[in-house]
Amino acid sequence: MKRSKYIRPAHLENGADKPRLTTSAMIASIAGPDQPTRPAPFGNTLAALAQKDDRIVGMSADLAKYTDLHVFRAAHPDRFYQMGMAEQLLMMSAAGMAREGFQPWVTTYAVFASRRAYDFICLAIAEEMLDVKIVCALPGLTTGYGPSHQATEDLAMFRGMPNLTIIDPCDASEIEQAVPVIAAHKGPVYMRLLRGNVPVVLEEYGYKFELGKAKLVRDGRDTLIISSGLMTMRALEAAKQLEKDGVDAAVLHVPTIKPLDEETIIAECRKGGRLVVVAENHTVIGGLGEAVAGVLMRAGVAPPAFRQIGLPDEFLEAGALPTLHDQYGLSTIKVTEAIKNWLST
Amino acid sequence: MNQMGHNISLTERARRIRRYALRMGEVQGQGYIAQALGVADVLAVSYFHATNYQPNDPEWEGRDRFLLSIGHYAIALYAALIEAKILPEDELETYGTDDSRLPMSGMAAYTPGMEITGGSLGHGLGIGVGMALALKRKKSSSFVYNLFSDGELNEGSTWEAAMSAGSYKLDNLIGIVDVNQMQADGPSIGVLNFEPLGPKFEAFGWFVQRIDGNDIDALVKAFDAARNHDEAKPRIIICDTKMAKGVPFLEARDRNHFLRVESHEWSEAIRVIDEGVEE
Repeated sequence: MKRSKYIRPAHLENGADKPRLTTSAMIASIAGPDQPTRPAPFGNTLAALAQKDDRIVGMSADLAKYTDLHVFRAAHPDRFYQMGMAEQLLMMSAAGMAREGFQPWVTTYAVFASRRAYDFICLAIAEEMLDVKIVCALPGLTTGYGPSHQATEDLAMFRGMPNLTIIDPCDASEIEQAVPVIAAHKGPVYMRLLRGNVPVVLEEYGYKFELGKAKLVRDGRDTLIISSGLMTMRALEAAKQLEKDGVDAAVLHVPTIKPLDEETIIAECRKGGRLVVVAENHTVIGGLGEAVAGVLMRAGVAPPAFRQIGLPDEFLEAGALPTLHDQYGLSTIKVTEAIKNWLST
Repeated sequence: MNQMGHNISLTERARRIRRYALRMGEVQGQGYIAQALGVADVLAVSYFHATNYQPNDPEWEGRDRFLLSIGHYAIALYAALIEAKILPEDELETYGTDDSRLPMSGMAAYTPGMEITGGSLGHGLGIGVGMALALKRKKSSSFVYNLFSDGELNEGSTWEAAMSAGSYKLDNLIGIVDVNQMQADGPSIGVLNFEPLGPKFEAFGWFVQRIDGNDIDALVKAFDAARNHDEAKPRIIICDTKMAKGVPFLEARDRNHFLRVESHEWSEAIRVIDEGVEE
């Protein structure tokens, strides 16, 4: 945090241009202006799946509306449990439900699941290998409300938890594919949620989600971008920009953060002498970047260069999401610039 | 209730539970023996009057769920499970040793009859809320018991669960609080004052009883009332117990949260229990 609360906005003091963007709603859309989207892919898919699977119940901590679980609640009102704004209780009671043979899908914000309810997920759910699916909105930097709502370290925390499977999906089509796969997987899962009108990105690449598999969505000779979540969308957009400048970028999408598909990561990093860039919507500490680095070190694979695109080890600022994504290097233009710079040095 | 052993009195059940606990304590030479002696009467009435189970099928769907939130009370629950014939008696000599099914802190994955992993205090009541909701979904008539301690009243998660149970009117959930007035750092009230406790739970929508938790007759009446109460409310039995109850020379020790007992004292404690000197 570099700003001082005793310094007024610049345009009020010296006639600079007034900033145009506003923070707006807590959950700002990550979709571009002309990007195709689909509404509430998680809520719609879960509601449909529950028609066929009686085990499924939904539980939330006063955030059904903001995690798309309201769609499930409307479709199956008798299978929805409002646990109140009590995330510890949310996880404990989900453990109790799972012990009795149900499959609870619990939702809250990623900050609350990770920071507030960690002990309850760890001991009541993960240690017992219970079949609880934890689906959390506002992963990484997807809101301009500041550190209280920005789950910039959720993956670092959850990667350390044994038994837990971690999914960071890219787009609406991947969420729609992942939900039934996660339901069929027996054991605890943490999924980072993109909610509301979620971009459709991967369909044009013929991508298919498989639990535990990294997939090469696009091949290229000059650089390999390894990414998860919404950063795969940014990586694919950056690859199109780089192509115009004659840079051929491959994109390896890694939606399963744990267990990590080490085999595919090692195989791709062994190919050619490509710059390896890991791009993640997460602090550079303890997330996909360091996970990949560890895999490569242990395997003795040394790409010509290894770089990370991710959030700094700081509490992030409040503001409009596009401004923040530019500021912290997650926007397409910043990703493109960074890779061009690294390739030219 | 369970059909076994109606010819054995609950007082005798409690005596045997204390005896098993002392024998396990002797294996370690120290431990949470004062809690086990204090809660033995509660467990005797729970397991031999108020809980449905099948000893040869600990996961029988029709059982009442008995959750031990206080992981370090495992020594007490193992003693009750041995007396209930859910665990074989010869395993007590493995208590807390390598490769044992009886670890120092109770865990569901280790021990038949252990419903949950306790120990991270403040988990049991919330898990009980989820199980009680699930049993209602299944239209089961089973009860969920959660045995927790006065120390766990310090944990905010206990109160999240208490509020939720009241809100959902979980009349199939019975909380049992062992108020033995001793925590790791000293007497409970001095650590964090939770009194007046009964009115707190009443305000959260619970049917509350407070009794002497070392009085078998009072326990029987309270468990009967908890199971048969006709209001749609969760039920709580606040049990005031005495640490190390039944062995006067151990009762007399202060700061007995983690009791050190000299090697010659174990047999003396067992002799006191056997002779019913405390009566």
